Amino acid sequence: MIVFIARRLVISFFVLLAATFIIYVLTALSGDPLEDLRQDNSPQKAQKIADRSERMQLDLPIPVRYLDWLGRTVRGDLGVNRDGQDIATILADALSATLQLVLAATVLAITVGVIVGIVSALRQYSGFDYTVTFAAFVCFSLPLFWVAVMLKQYMAIEFNNWLKNPVIPYPVIALLALLGGLIFGALTTGDRKRRLIAFAVGFAISGVLFTILSVTRWFADPGLGLPLILAFGLASAVGFTALSAGLQYRGPLYAALAAAVIGAMCSELLNPLLIDPTWLEIGGLVLLTVAVCVGLGYGLGGLQRRQAIIATVLTGLFTGGMVFLDRMLQAFASYSASVRGRPISTIGARTPNYTGDFWQLNLDSAGHLLLPSMALILISLATYTRYSRASMLEVMNQDYVRTARAKGLPERTVVVKHAFRNGLIPITTLMAFDFAGVIGGAVVTETVFGWRGMGFMFTKGLEEVDPAPVMAFFLVTGTAIVVFNMIADILYAYLDPRIRLS
Amino acid sequence: MTLSAQASGPDTGAAQGMTIVARTQGQMIRRRFFRHRAALAGMILFGFVVVLSFSSIGFMGIPGWWDKSYLTTGALVNQGKPTLSVVPEFLGGSGIRLGEHPFGQDDIGVDYFAKTMRGTQQSIIVAFLVAIVATTVGTLVGAVSGYYRGKTEAVLMRFTDVMITIPVLVIAAVVGRRFGASGVVVLGIFIGLVIWPSMARLLRGEFLSLREKEFVEAARALGTSARRIIFRHILPNTVGVIIVSATLTVANAVLLESALSFLGLGVQAPDTSLGQLINEYRTAMVTRPWLFWWPGIFIIAIALSINFIGDGLRDAFDPRQTRVRA
Repeated sequence: MIVFIARRLVISFFVLLAATFIIYVLTALSGDPLEDLRQDNSPQKAQKIADRSERMQLDLPIPVRYLDWLGRTVRGDLGVNRDGQDIATILADALSATLQLVLAATVLAITVGVIVGIVSALRQYSGFDYTVTFAAFVCFSLPLFWVAVMLKQYMAIEFNNWLKNPVIPYPVIALLALLGGLIFGALTTGDRKRRLIAFAVGFAISGVLFTILSVTRWFADPGLGLPLILAFGLASAVGFTALSAGLQYRGPLYAALAAAVIGAMCSELLNPLLIDPTWLEIGGLVLLTVAVCVGLGYGLGGLQRRQAIIATVLTGLFTGGMVFLDRMLQAFASYSASVRGRPISTIGARTPNYTGDFWQLNLDSAGHLLLPSMALILISLATYTRYSRASMLEVMNQDYVRTARAKGLPERTVVVKHAFRNGLIPITTLMAFDFAGVIGGAVVTETVFGWRGMGFMFTKGLEEVDPAPVMAFFLVTGTAIVVFNMIADILYAYLDPRIRLS
Repeated sequence: MTLSAQASGPDTGAAQGMTIVARTQGQMIRRRFFRHRAALAGMILFGFVVVLSFSSIGFMGIPGWWDKSYLTTGALVNQGKPTLSVVPEFLGGSGIRLGEHPFGQDDIGVDYFAKTMRGTQQSIIVAFLVAIVATTVGTLVGAVSGYYRGKTEAVLMRFTDVMITIPVLVIAAVVGRRFGASGVVVLGIFIGLVIWPSMARLLRGEFLSLREKEFVEAARALGTSARRIIFRHILPNTVGVIIVSATLTVANAVLLESALSFLGLGVQAPDTSLGQLINEYRTAMVTRPWLFWWPGIFIIAIALSINFIGDGLRDAFDPRQTRVRA
């Protein structure tokens, strides 16, 4: 194992070295770095050209410049860009902006994509499966920049306009209800009668829901309130218990339900703390939640202690998330007023010079993150859905799954314990690759939404024929790709004992 | 090669009054492909886009049936709004007609249908060049390193590793910035020259497993030359993988080219491509949304139809495939 890692590291180092040379030469050859100055008509033209040539060492041949860059990089100096700004500072800012943008999007895409993929595999050849497959193909074929501009127009500008008078017109409610019914119907298996009933139920639920949201003008001043938090928490308790332990055991179910009730009550009890907390306090609350839930699961779980702890912790975190969401939504009206009624933003990472309490600041980031995240999620969601569907189908047809069924295990145990865990193995590799990819930033997304992240640094450097920022960008992304590839290999061997690293 | 059903004797199928048709591998694949409804729809859609774009404004000096050019400016008619109408009169629309400028006009009065068609042509050409070049190079590298192994493989695969470490958009952007102005043919070839590594890896895997098969051993025992084994014995067995991967490369190349042109690093004005059109008119979303809609619709149509064709081909070439999906 250690020999494998060491060998891989050495090879990767040389691979990376060769790649830096190729990128450096290609960037340096891609255009004329003095182009803008040549069209300059100011009297200092000659001086400016001389300055920049000096800074970029344009008098030296490209391979020599590369060696000089390499030497300085090895000593930890990334150099300056053509305007004399320090690359290390630019890189640090760009990296933090990019991570902010892509981390949430990737995690969300993985979670939703894997769930949708698995459900569509378990319901193979159902209406839901066909719809998801088709939607995934459409997402594969969408040009990201086009979607991004569309989102800006319809999800930001038009949505903000609509928020001034958030009433959903009745034809739209009918359409949404129809959609809800179709989703319910497509997810149900069985004969036509059962599916029709499911369709009717879905139609009624979504119709009533959207009518209430529209009549109460919920979108103008949203929030969940204690009853809804409690209801969602209890539902999640039942769901997580059904997944981890099965509903036939009382212990885990009671533990999870208790966690949901306690969590919902905390939203009132902790009011003084939650009015304007800090991230440190929120982190403390998360740890406290986990500790309390582990205790509950341990105490009430009985024989299914392990499963109970898992279900309880998940329920606790979910309920906590609901409380957090509720607080954010409550701050929405005041935030919206403070940005002149345009909460969904299309440019940049935050409103310039904006001040507010904890919730308002978070809403501000969320409003800026929403659109670029949606664009990113839309694309990688399709990949995750397809991969997890394929890998789950592969696993469900394995002999050991048939054995598990044959020995009379409940379907839950077969799916969750025997199939799901093994189905996740190929997806971990995909995740590792994806994380490596996203650190490179979403070049296109950043361009459209005006984020000054890694992608922006790269395109700007390329446009200016300035190798220094391009190389800094590549050092980070290249290293990330190499490291994450190796993590993927090691994880794969760890998760699947049939694979040996050598 | 294998037959789908063999009448092994007079008392099996024929005796029960059934006609059993022997099918070749090719026939089976074709049958499976044409039963894949989405793939068939994709094929028809893609054929339509190709015929429309190349026949309407003509190609390489051959005139087309559309009378307006993508270069000449004209007087703006009705603020350049599209005149295409598909809602018949009895439904309250203005009837099914093309009108003078079906896709509208841009801000200086150029017919936007002609412009979109020109962009579509260019994008298709780039995509196919990329796929052809990348497939050829990737197949050669993969085949040689997979068959010869040893030092050849080590060198070629390390080179592949180097290329794969560089994110596709990054190297394509550097290449596009350098060669974008030299026209679509040069751009397509050079993008193809940088995105072959994934194809090489795929093919190497196939060759590694096929070279150990008995038929290759037999060929080697007969003294067949390495070249002949690679091209005559192993390569035909990887045709499925190659075709599927090449098809998906076309779809990805359409998106890659449009993304590059959107970033201003691909096809340069005055020449045009679908991505370049969107880049040019991205601020026109509010005032002239059609300038933004049409190229986007054509990019999606091309990429979606090719993706479906690729999916159909993958199912058709997969011997484990028993059920044909819709």
